[in-house]
Amino acid sequence: MTGELPVAIINYVFLSSVIFFIGVAGVLLRRNPLIILMSIELMWNAANLLFLSFAKAWANNAGQIFAFLVITVAAAEAAIGLAIVVTVFRAAKNVDVDDVRSLQG
Amino acid sequence: MIPLNPAGIGFLGMSLVLVLSAVWTVTGRKPVYSVIGLLVHFSALAAMYITLSAEFLGVVQIIVYSGAILVLFLFVIALLSSGVAPFSLGPNRMPWATIPAAALVFVTCIITIVAVGRIPSGAPTTPIANAVGVAGTANAFGSVADFGKALFTVHLLPFEITAFILMVAVIGVILLAGDQTPYMPSRRREMQVRRDAREAILRGGEE
Repeated sequence: MTGELPVAIINYVFLSSVIFFIGVAGVLLRRNPLIILMSIELMWNAANLLFLSFAKAWANNAGQIFAFLVITVAAAEAAIGLAIVVTVFRAAKNVDVDDVRSLQG
Repeated sequence: MIPLNPAGIGFLGMSLVLVLSAVWTVTGRKPVYSVIGLLVHFSALAAMYITLSAEFLGVVQIIVYSGAILVLFLFVIALLSSGVAPFSLGPNRMPWATIPAAALVFVTCIITIVAVGRIPSGAPTTPIANAVGVAGTANAFGSVADFGKALFTVHLLPFEITAFILMVAVIGVILLAGDQTPYMPSRRREMQVRRDAREAILRGGEE
């Protein structure tokens, strides 16, 4: 027997896809590095929502464990991303990802 | 499609909040507005996690995201806005890049929806001993006790990988943003010169 979701699983898939696409649009369209990082957080959380709804649907908490791992990785990513933003843009006058070339190698 | 019982209406309400706050986050004119949108988003997401009987993760979502990550964002905003010019506005200079990305996401959505449609209705999972229960009762699926038991026994390796990831992140952040010269009394004057130069850069390098 599987878990009983509040609504059908397809609704969660739709919702997660919509939020993920909003995050993708933010990463591609914005030029402020902080808003880009926040859009990446939106995408992490859309994936997490899907993990948790499938974990509930199949009554298997491996999905919850994986969502826990994803939260950790997202926290590490935010910390390192913000450190890079601070390091790169502390010296620059303008905060615009299109103008940054110092990480191209 | 969505039943109009309390659970369905709750799902609809939370979805509306989630989508609107996500749009607000992405379209925010200033990063601080985006942080507010993200705060609303994470709070609604925590509520949705609890309806999915992921109690521990709902609380972790509040503590880690709303408590730690958003405060980190606010600190960086404060740090960057104090000395440098205001953040630039307007869309990215390569909006064409959204077209393949949108196509890719669309195709992925279609594949996912088709795949979900093919899940047999009586999904053949072997039930855990006390898998399904009311949220809030001990040892039910998704309760803190259930989650903790799984985390420390069956899924111990992901938990330890978590510790490793956090350690690497801490080292990386210190290497990237920290002061890399160790403090030595004999080099005090040299470090003062360097600190002055850095503060000049922070002020906008006007000298």
